[in-house]
Amino acid sequence: MQVITSKRPGGLDFSFAGELKERCRQPVELCYQCQKCTAGCPVGEFAEYRPNQIIRLVQFGLKEKIFSSNFLWLCTNCETCGARCPNGIKIAEVMDALREMAQERGFMPPKNPAFLFHTSFLASVKTFGRVHEASMLMVYKLKSRRIFEDLDTGIKYLLRRKFAIIPRRIKGRRQVRQIFASFRRR
Amino acid sequence: MKFVYYPGCSLESTAKEYDLSARAIARVMEVEMLELADWNCCGATSAHSTNRLLGLVLPARNLALAQDSGRDLLVPCSACYSRLKTADYYLRYDEKVRNDMENMLGFNYQGNIKVFSLLEVFTVQEQLEKITRHVTHPLKGLRVACYYGCLLVHPPEVTHFDDPENPSRMDKLMALLGAEPVPWSYKTECCGASQGLVNGKMVRRIVSRLIRKAQEAGARAVVTACPLCQANLEMRREKGGENMPVFYFTELIGFSFGLPDSLKWFKKHLWNPGRLLASLGLVV
Repeated sequence: MQVITSKRPGGLDFSFAGELKERCRQPVELCYQCQKCTAGCPVGEFAEYRPNQIIRLVQFGLKEKIFSSNFLWLCTNCETCGARCPNGIKIAEVMDALREMAQERGFMPPKNPAFLFHTSFLASVKTFGRVHEASMLMVYKLKSRRIFEDLDTGIKYLLRRKFAIIPRRIKGRRQVRQIFASFRRR
Repeated sequence: MKFVYYPGCSLESTAKEYDLSARAIARVMEVEMLELADWNCCGATSAHSTNRLLGLVLPARNLALAQDSGRDLLVPCSACYSRLKTADYYLRYDEKVRNDMENMLGFNYQGNIKVFSLLEVFTVQEQLEKITRHVTHPLKGLRVACYYGCLLVHPPEVTHFDDPENPSRMDKLMALLGAEPVPWSYKTECCGASQGLVNGKMVRRIVSRLIRKAQEAGARAVVTACPLCQANLEMRREKGGENMPVFYFTELIGFSFGLPDSLKWFKKHLWNPGRLLASLGLVV
C-alpha cells in the first residue's frame, strides 16, 4: 500500500477526474475501493498498479504515476472490471481515455512493444483496409527486435498455409486512409 | 436465416480453419452467410486503445455497409464482434458520437441492423434443433471445457449474451453434439488477448493456469469461439505442459455432421485435435 500526501512530487490535482470524465464520461468519483475490479483483473498481479489503484490515482489526480505506469499497456481490455463494478464505472473506457491522454502528453516511449504492436497493426489497416497478418507481424517483430521469438511458430503457420501471402486490398481503402488522415488533422 | 458475414482479418489468415468450418456448417444448416462486400478491419484492440474515436469509426464503416445490404451482421471473432456491437451501441445511444460518425462516413444511421456473434446465432433454439437433426457422428466420450472468453459477455449491457459470469450456451451445444461439457470456473477469464504477442511471458502464466484448470475439471480439450483465444491457448503454454487441444466450436459441429473436411481443418492447428478424437474412436 502507498500513502499519498500533498507533499509528494507530482502533487494532488482534484480537477483531473473532471478532465478525464469529459473524455470517457464514467463516474469515477463513485468508486469506493471495493476492489471487485482488481479481483477479476487477469493482469493486475503483473503490473505496478491494479485497476482499483488506478481509479484512486485518478481521484487524486496523480497524473504522472498513472501515465508512466505499465498497467495502461498491460491491460488486455477484457472489460471484466467494468462488468463487475457495483457503481457502473466502465473502467475499460477509463483506460482507453487514459491511454489517449498518456500519448498526447508524450508518455509513450517509442520502444514500448505494445506501442510498436499497435502502430504496426494500424499501419497495415491504413495500407490495405484490412490487416495483412503476415507482413504486419514481420514489421512488428523487426521493429521490436524480436525476430527470433515465435519464429518456429511462424514457420509452422506457413507450412499449414495459415498465412495469406498476398494481401487483400479493399476498394474502400481510400476512405479508410481519409479516416486516418482526419484524425491527424484534429 | 440470412445474414451478411463479417469474417474479420484473422479468419482470412491465421484462423482460416474457423472460417472454413463456419461456412461449411452454415451450408449444411441452410444459414445464408453472404460475405459483407468490401469490409474493413474493425480496428480490434489497437484502434480503441490508442484512439477512442478511431476505435468506433472503423467498425462503424462496416455497420454502414451492412445497413446498405439490409441484412443483420454475423461475426465469428469475439473481438470484431465486440467492436462492431460497441460501435452500434454508441451510434444508437450517443447522439454526439452518432453525429461525428455520420459526418465522417457520409451515412445516416437507421439502427435497423443487428450485430450477432456466430456462437449466439448457432445456439438459438431453431438452430439447435437443426443441429440435432444433422448430427450423425456424436462426440461420445469427449469431455470438453467450454471457453467463452471475455468479450462475448462483456460489457453485459451491450452484448446481452447469456450469463456474464457462467454462460452455458456453448455447453448446451456441446451436449447436443454428444460431448460432455465439464463444469468449470474459468469460462470467461481473459486469455490475455493481444498481450499474447506483446508480453508472451505474462500470457504464458495466464494461459497455463487456464489449461491447468480445464484439466482439473476433467476436460480432454478446450472449445473456443474466438481466434485470439484459440491462438493464445494453443501457443502460449509453459513448456512441458499438457497437450490439450483447442477446438473451434464450429469444427466440432462439422465433425459431428460427418463432414470429411473437418480433418483438413484440424491439420491447420498447432496441436492437431483430430488425434484426440481418433484416440476416442471417433472418426468421420
